[in-house]
Amino acid sequence: MRMFCDRLVAFVLAFGLLLAAPAGNAQTFDAALTKFSADSFGDTEEAIAAVAASGNRMAAQVLEALQDARLAFDPASKKIYIKDKDRVLDALTGNPVPASGELETVRVNNRLRRSIEAAIGGLTLLSPDPAKRFEAAQAVFKSRDAKLMPLLDAAIAKESDASLKRALLEARAAAILNAEEAGEADKIDAVAVIRARGDQDALGLLSGLPASSPPAVARAAQAAVGAIQNQLEMWAGVQNAWYGLSLGSVLLLAAIGLAITFGVMGVINMAHGEMVMIGAYVTFSVQELIRTYNPGLFDYSLLIALPLAFIVAGAVGIAIERSIIRFLYGRPLETLLATWGLSLILQQAIRTMYGPTNREVGNPSWMSGAFELGQINVTYGRMWIICFTLVVFAALLAMLRFTRLGLEMRAVTQNRAMAASMGIRTSRIDALTFGLGSGIAGIAGVALSQIDNVSPNLGQGYIIDSFLVVVFGGVGNLWGTLVGAFTLGIANKFLEPFAGAVLGKIAILVLIILFIQKRPRGMFALKGRAVES
Amino acid sequence: MLTSIRVVAERPIARRWLAATAGLALSLAATVAAKAQETIKVGILHSLSGTMAISETTLKDVMLMLIDEQNKKGGLLGKKLEAVVVDPASNWPLFAEKARELISKNKVAVVFGCWTSVSRKSVLPVFKELNSILFYPVQYEGEESERNVFYTGAAPNQQAIPAVDYLAKEEKIQRWVLAGTDYVYPRTTNKIIEAYLKSKGVKQEDIMINYTPFGHSDWQTIVSDIKKFGSAGKKTAVVSTINGDANVPFYKELGNQGVSAKNIPVVAFSVGEEELAGIDTKPLLGHLAAWNYFQSVKDKSNDEFIVKWKAFTKNPKRVTNDPMEAHVIGFAMWVKAVEKVKSTDPDKVIDALPGIEAANLTGGISKMLPNHHITKPVLIGEVRGDGQFDVVSKTGLVAGDAWSKELPGSKDLIGDWVTLKCGNYNTKTKKCGGQGS
Repeated sequence: MRMFCDRLVAFVLAFGLLLAAPAGNAQTFDAALTKFSADSFGDTEEAIAAVAASGNRMAAQVLEALQDARLAFDPASKKIYIKDKDRVLDALTGNPVPASGELETVRVNNRLRRSIEAAIGGLTLLSPDPAKRFEAAQAVFKSRDAKLMPLLDAAIAKESDASLKRALLEARAAAILNAEEAGEADKIDAVAVIRARGDQDALGLLSGLPASSPPAVARAAQAAVGAIQNQLEMWAGVQNAWYGLSLGSVLLLAAIGLAITFGVMGVINMAHGEMVMIGAYVTFSVQELIRTYNPGLFDYSLLIALPLAFIVAGAVGIAIERSIIRFLYGRPLETLLATWGLSLILQQAIRTMYGPTNREVGNPSWMSGAFELGQINVTYGRMWIICFTLVVFAALLAMLRFTRLGLEMRAVTQNRAMAASMGIRTSRIDALTFGLGSGIAGIAGVALSQIDNVSPNLGQGYIIDSFLVVVFGGVGNLWGTLVGAFTLGIANKFLEPFAGAVLGKIAILVLIILFIQKRPRGMFALKGRAVES
Repeated sequence: MLTSIRVVAERPIARRWLAATAGLALSLAATVAAKAQETIKVGILHSLSGTMAISETTLKDVMLMLIDEQNKKGGLLGKKLEAVVVDPASNWPLFAEKARELISKNKVAVVFGCWTSVSRKSVLPVFKELNSILFYPVQYEGEESERNVFYTGAAPNQQAIPAVDYLAKEEKIQRWVLAGTDYVYPRTTNKIIEAYLKSKGVKQEDIMINYTPFGHSDWQTIVSDIKKFGSAGKKTAVVSTINGDANVPFYKELGNQGVSAKNIPVVAFSVGEEELAGIDTKPLLGHLAAWNYFQSVKDKSNDEFIVKWKAFTKNPKRVTNDPMEAHVIGFAMWVKAVEKVKSTDPDKVIDALPGIEAANLTGGISKMLPNHHITKPVLIGEVRGDGQFDVVSKTGLVAGDAWSKELPGSKDLIGDWVTLKCGNYNTKTKKCGGQGS
């Protein structure tokens, strides 16, 4: 009952505040705005506080513009403007004005960004937009500003959405824990609310309580920290497995083309990495053209790049096979040296054409960002890459199993003489097989351009890992490549937290060497007469 | 429309070919001219192929521009300067061979070159043996002062220590992640930072050190470890000595996992304008870098330099960066020293260089010190949305320490090539030849 009364008082208070605010002096808002033009972090900080407190209807808009580096000032007249896409608004009135002279952006640093976030949080707690209210609740959770308590209570009372309400209650609990004057019982309740949240932010809040907290609260917080840590520890295992899958899919993607050229055809193709690189540069070129001619298509850039990358890399592959590799079948050492030289030539060619620096390949909106699944963080980019890899793998299997070309490929690799006498043109099949492997490497390049540098050296980072995967999985067996890639990825990610990235990698290499001693043909060795030929 | 695409696509290649033919013609012309008129040769030892080409190609271009400019002013000592460009191809032993070729075959008066510490260590014996001069333009781990080398990049006390001070003071950082690529520069720098932090009362449990291999591209585990380390209730920052290529996936992963500069700022020592050119910088807003120069510095000399650079490279998008400024300062110092002694004789120039002053591009005057390092201001910048940096802090001129005062093995050592003629003089034992660690 007492709680209810408190809420009621707070509610009334908050409304009083809100009603009183618009009457706030317009001159203070004007004076506060002028401070932004001083171009000093100290003045800007004072201005943020003054704007937030002014209650002016433009306050939230001004602060949001400041946050996005859209707030500008005219150095001559000291007037403040908001840049809004192609318009310029007067920050004082919100009306569009003609752009006058050179506008300079108001600079902010991290400290200011934090105060802006907190100020916007306070201003938008009662916003009609649920997404904004959620952001505001998160901002207040971080800023832990006890002054916002009445406003929070008002927002909680009004909120009908359950998940938003929880966010607001958590923000309120965070504010209570950092308020000197709050009662012990309230604080212990607050600890329970935060404990239920159970993520890393909650952990950070509870382990960094002010030293002045009463002992009972400190004890409760300590217990909660222990509980959250135990829970997070369990999630860490799940997270490692997910990261392992993700790394495994990258390895598989890079190795799958090699599984064809090296695994099925037996060509030691050191230029495989460069096919991946070509795919990445195709993506870059496609995005450049889209940026110049039709920016609206940007979200589809990867889908457009996929077939192009396959065709370009495949064509380069066929050209390589026809001009070099077909003269070197059965001479692995020469093939190795020739393709190694070829990889250097391709790298330098790309370097001359595109320059030695990294090229920016943007992430389409559906590839960026992350979502929370329990306590693990799943990034969209990685998730789509896993899906994409599995689709490519399945498509390749189906192609080999169900199409005429696939049948001919299998026939030629199993018994060349017999296939030839059945009327298959083996040299054409050789070229197409090599082109297929290269084209798939090109597709891999499209996906890898999303998570790695697009530079002439892109391929070098993957060539060793690709060979490892193919040899470990078993030469000539696509399923082996799949299992090999995921095994290596997951093993690597479980070793990394203990051993570190450098030692983890070494440990994996040692394990593979030992494994190859025991099973020289990899995990899934081919059996039968075809093996020895 | 189609033709315009083709024009855009073909132009760079055509221009390169043109440049290559022009270069060939020029060098032929130069060899002919050399017989008629004597030139002063300047060696440029930067990788134009291989992994380091990404960073070093720019430095070759800036040297060509500086030499070109000097020739337009009438050359040096009445002679024209002639650039001799070689390509050590990011191959460390090849650096030594190419250095030897420059000095003994091409008879260059001075060499501007190297990027990685290992390439510098590789050419060092050659410069000592053949007694020539090397200007080294990149920030490095310190612990070195050689008679034949002039270090125009930052020593750790001109980059790392001021950056840590800034974080502790302005961002109130109490917990530190030292993340680096696994080689000599990050390891030494992190050792210095760790010792410095401990001397400021930071406890061991508040420091996390992590090393990754070159070109590391899967940062998921490390970024979530950093998040975990940062959730202990104390403000956390990452001090990154992660090298070049690995940075792009690192920052992408930070963005993906929602680590923003507001919660966990990252201050980087190897990320500049050039490196950011390959990233969408919006998620990086507010992350920091510490250098002695930023392209966004507002100063008359810098504005002029940027205009000249864009005109010289015929590319309005080309950015400038810190090692380029180091070459600008180094080249100006060398020119002044040669004019002072009226000779390019290495011994005379080496003795003349300490004390020489030259304007840097941030509005100050840098000075060559007796330990062959220079004075520079330290700037902290925050990443902006357009791939440039906003300068948020600038110190006065800081003198470069060849030997770190933070490490027990080197705190008594000094380098002084003017009075003591020694690169590692131990002030305790009063002897030359102390060892650094």
